[in-house]
Amino acid sequence: MEADKINQLYFSDVNQPIRYDRRKFLKQLGRGIIVIFSLSELSLLEGWSQPTNAQDQEIDFNAYLRVKEDGRVDCYTGKIEMGQGIITSLAQALAEELEVTLDQVDMVMGDTKLCPYDAGTWGSLTTRFADPVIRAAAAEAREILIEIASEKLAEPIENLEAANGSVYVKGNPSRKIDYAALTKGKKIVRSLTKKPELKKAEDFKIIGKSYNSTDAEVKVTGKAKYSADIKLPGMVYASVVRPRIFGSKKIAVDATALSNFNGAKLIEDGDLVAVIHREPEVAAKAAQSIKITWDTPESKADNESIFKYFEDTVTQSSVFEEGGDLEIGIQNSEKILQADYHDGYKAHASIETHCATCYFENDKLTIWASTQTPFGTQKELAETFKMPLENVYVKQIFLGGGFGGKIYNLQAVEAAKIAKISGKPVQLVWTRREEFMYDRFRPASLLKITSGVDTIGKLNLWKFDIYCAGTRGTKLFYNAPNNLTRHFNKNDAHPFGTGAWRAPGNNTTTFARESHIDATAHTIGQNPLEFRLNNLKDENMIAVLKLAADTFGYNSPKIEGHGYGIALGEDAGTLVAIIAEVKVDKATGEVHPIKIVCAQDMGQVVNPHGATVQTEGGITMGLGYALYEEIEFDGGLVKTRTFGNYPFTTFSKTPKITCVFMDKMNSAPQGGGEPAIICVGGAIANAVFDACGARVNRMPITPKRVLAAMPL
Amino acid sequence: MKQTMNFKLNGKQVSVAINGDESLLTVLRDYLDETGTKYSCGLGQCGACTVILNNQTAQSCMTYVDQFENADIITIEGLSNNNELHPIQEAFVAHDALQCGYCTPGMIMNAYGLLLKNPNPSREEIISGMEGNLCRCGSYNRIVDAIESASEKIFKQQ
Repeated sequence: MEADKINQLYFSDVNQPIRYDRRKFLKQLGRGIIVIFSLSELSLLEGWSQPTNAQDQEIDFNAYLRVKEDGRVDCYTGKIEMGQGIITSLAQALAEELEVTLDQVDMVMGDTKLCPYDAGTWGSLTTRFADPVIRAAAAEAREILIEIASEKLAEPIENLEAANGSVYVKGNPSRKIDYAALTKGKKIVRSLTKKPELKKAEDFKIIGKSYNSTDAEVKVTGKAKYSADIKLPGMVYASVVRPRIFGSKKIAVDATALSNFNGAKLIEDGDLVAVIHREPEVAAKAAQSIKITWDTPESKADNESIFKYFEDTVTQSSVFEEGGDLEIGIQNSEKILQADYHDGYKAHASIETHCATCYFENDKLTIWASTQTPFGTQKELAETFKMPLENVYVKQIFLGGGFGGKIYNLQAVEAAKIAKISGKPVQLVWTRREEFMYDRFRPASLLKITSGVDTIGKLNLWKFDIYCAGTRGTKLFYNAPNNLTRHFNKNDAHPFGTGAWRAPGNNTTTFARESHIDATAHTIGQNPLEFRLNNLKDENMIAVLKLAADTFGYNSPKIEGHGYGIALGEDAGTLVAIIAEVKVDKATGEVHPIKIVCAQDMGQVVNPHGATVQTEGGITMGLGYALYEEIEFDGGLVKTRTFGNYPFTTFSKTPKITCVFMDKMNSAPQGGGEPAIICVGGAIANAVFDACGARVNRMPITPKRVLAAMPL
Repeated sequence: MKQTMNFKLNGKQVSVAINGDESLLTVLRDYLDETGTKYSCGLGQCGACTVILNNQTAQSCMTYVDQFENADIITIEGLSNNNELHPIQEAFVAHDALQCGYCTPGMIMNAYGLLLKNPNPSREEIISGMEGNLCRCGSYNRIVDAIESASEKIFKQQ
């Protein structure tokens, strides 16, 4: 493959971005109309943009678009596409305001030279924060085009309107000029400093309409390039020698057997020991021949004792929310219910493992890395090699799933170190076994809840102690006047790496809260739907719950052995209600999901089809953590290393899923990638209880745990 | 010592020099630069590397030279005819039966193998035939819908 060709490997079949230094980009960018914009200038999110550098104002922006001389539009954003569909929905936002069709928009994403800085694609932030600015920039570009058309057509601006990639004279549609003719020979750079007039929902032609993914065709033909699909001239494959136990330190390396592998070379850099070879399987076999003596840390807990370990050792807490007086809450309650909930460690288990392909050329590093944070990876690599930021180029690439796991990029650092030492282009693809050890797991958690309720079913008391799961989404939306929510955490509480896992912490805390709300309703013999409706604070949440219950047919009769379960939650600005129907086999304890309805208030829904796909996906993935997924370990010895002992949702386990959205087209859009998943655990747990009377307080809700909790 | 071996890939004869213990996945991706077929588990537990070998589905990560020498192999790159998508690919696009797209080539090849054996499967037969292919994004229901509609189309054409 020619070096020049390699540099064109972006979403090569989706668009063809130009390769330039980012600082010089605007200067060197071809003609057309360019609108640059900064999120911070629009005060949409403090601290979101790159800090302003007085010498270099032009890089202080978050995205830009360019109407090219052929009338097509490039949209440059630091966000990445990993299956969540923003390659489509961001283009919709742009097309709507600029009055072009969706297929006229080319998205250029997450490339550190071509795209402006972005903190990373996580937290369901894209639609909430990138969407409004892209719309604003597109609206600005539209106004510029109308201004130019006004000169060309010798008509005042107020007589003109933009539609279908052209500017028309109102009432005389034959007098028009298209965008290509307006931009030809011109180069206009504007920065967006004020909020331009945006369209109202009733005028939307593209936002709010359903579009299929614009990148589907390259993905069904195998043309879509992922980081390990890049093959460089002279490239070697790297295989890292790993310890059995996480956190081990290298004492001695015995590489005498390496001579059996012709062409294999040892790479050592501190605790990193790797073998490179032109053939991947030789590299892997040669790596296995290396014997390393490790200093291994002692185990402090395993997957069963970890909860007690948290309770004994994680003693520092901070108050997240409090109100009223817990003593008064106890006095005013007829029934007090105390319970502990547990959730084990979960892997991201993206189908693509972490991988990176890279090369050094004159102290400049170019890398394709499976990362959710291209700019974070760029910074990490620049710091690793003590080189200027602009010497590291992280290239735009598709990701084979992320779910928070690809915020962390150890594989990129490893690949780049090996490339630096060996002087060769390198590809490093983590094996599934490596992925299961170095993936940053969703942390295990212990949750202790005490609730109090009076005889008419009013919550008076809510005490929630959360260990290690964070407080995202735990602001109490039930009306419990005497409440306290505390978070207990300690940095070194876990025997291996932990990190963000789709809606971090919120799956765990929502499971505990919604299980406990259900159990509290049952202590006074109330229907869990009615109990929730009576105790919810927020009208919007009540509306979402009612929508879910109506769509589900909550009051419809149940089949023997089936149960219904509700869970509510809030994540990334979106309100979620899920109702699940399960069948429980009382002899085996097996849980079969039958039907799931999810209602959401996510504000403006940019692409209802895309939002539906995300919701279905989140629920399908969520069934995994609820019913099957758990990492088995003893200290740093991770025993779960293959898909064979980490089952998650499969074809046959996926129920019918129905998604409904509140109609809020004039509101701001909210998160879509994460919210739905948070309610799956709680809804399933409550449905299991409804089906067979087993209150399982620990996820995953395995057959064994169901049988153990089954009433006699 | 390298040996040259031959097989048919997407209708064309290919010769590759191999050591003899490489998987078909390595031969396709790393020796022939046909990267549509994906690595994920390396143990035949996920289906991401599925190809068609002598009209049967095979997990290329667990397929070795004695099985693929002189075989007739079809990968995702060989499914579309010039620029015309195969009906299964078309149906995956129409149903948006994918998200990140990484498991998609394996899904489509397994569906192709399933329809070769059983051109008009029931929904249950599709689900059991696809069960070994994993999708972490959770597109299963859409994939079943896509295969159902593709099979209807293919079956009608026959």
